[in-house]
Amino acid sequence: MKKAIVGRKLGMTQIFNEQGKVVPVTVIEAGPNVVIQKKTVETDGYNAVKIGFGDIREKLLTKPVKGQFEKANLKLKRFIKELRLEDISGLEVGSEIKADVFQVGDKVDVTGTSKGKGYQGVIKRWNANRGPMSHGSKYHRSVGSMGASSFPSRTFKNKHMPGHMGNVKSTILNLEVVRVDAERNLILIKGAVPGPKKGLVIIRDSVKA
Amino acid sequence: MDIIRAIEAEQMKKDLPSFRVGDTVKVHVKVKEGNRERIQIFEGLVIKRQNGGLRETFTVRRIAYGVGVERTFPVHSPMIDKIEVTRRGKVRRAKLYYLRKKVGKSATRVKEIIE
Repeated sequence: MKKAIVGRKLGMTQIFNEQGKVVPVTVIEAGPNVVIQKKTVETDGYNAVKIGFGDIREKLLTKPVKGQFEKANLKLKRFIKELRLEDISGLEVGSEIKADVFQVGDKVDVTGTSKGKGYQGVIKRWNANRGPMSHGSKYHRSVGSMGASSFPSRTFKNKHMPGHMGNVKSTILNLEVVRVDAERNLILIKGAVPGPKKGLVIIRDSVKA
Repeated sequence: MDIIRAIEAEQMKKDLPSFRVGDTVKVHVKVKEGNRERIQIFEGLVIKRQNGGLRETFTVRRIAYGVGVERTFPVHSPMIDKIEVTRRGKVRRAKLYYLRKKVGKSATRVKEIIE
């Protein structure tokens, strides 16, 4: 990871680009991320920075969490995340990562927690096809075959079945940065991004770029 | 939410003429040819306006060489140089889809508002 920033999804809208075409965008309040701790190869075995994001009242944090900020002598933050950056020489404890680490046109990957869908059947969860709803059919939306019979005499692992859907970590690869507004701490990314509004997202340079 | 409203407000046109369904308008569309830009006029009847805010669009219908042509434009699109209202129409529908089935003279017949 060369560069990364933690932000909050604000929602989606559309903008007109230079060609006058409509571009769907997700607005992300990105940063400022303040460095709480530096991890280096000598001390921790790898390079990383621990960053805080978003303001919070003192009352809402526990003593162990507060201790991390007191050690660095910083204001309290709501979220703490570790970013494993390759080069952390430019960052010191207390320094800020701002939205302008990304430029317009950059390709990024965005990680978030997808919206929870609850307990869902195979049609929604695995895109299975449903059976006929009429003409005497009794097979509507249920799971189909569990597999062959006496051999193998068991149901294989990972058989697509109903269950909890969503609310898992999810990454969308290779999205384009359409606009960066460092003053308002905003990054506009083309297309959709996992998670609900106000959901925490991590933007980083794309593995495909 | 307010930030998204602000981003949308920045892109909205403030000098839009008021036009409604049933009006006849001239839409001045910017057309790019290579690196040259010129203006093309599309004149016709507004048969619908839908959505709101930045996403608002309107559809203009005209009969070109006996064939009905409809073009939908985003109201706030930068590709639209300006919109001229040439005739105010009086209609009793929000969407003038019934005009699509009409042939000949009645295909464009909309009463004019006389002020």
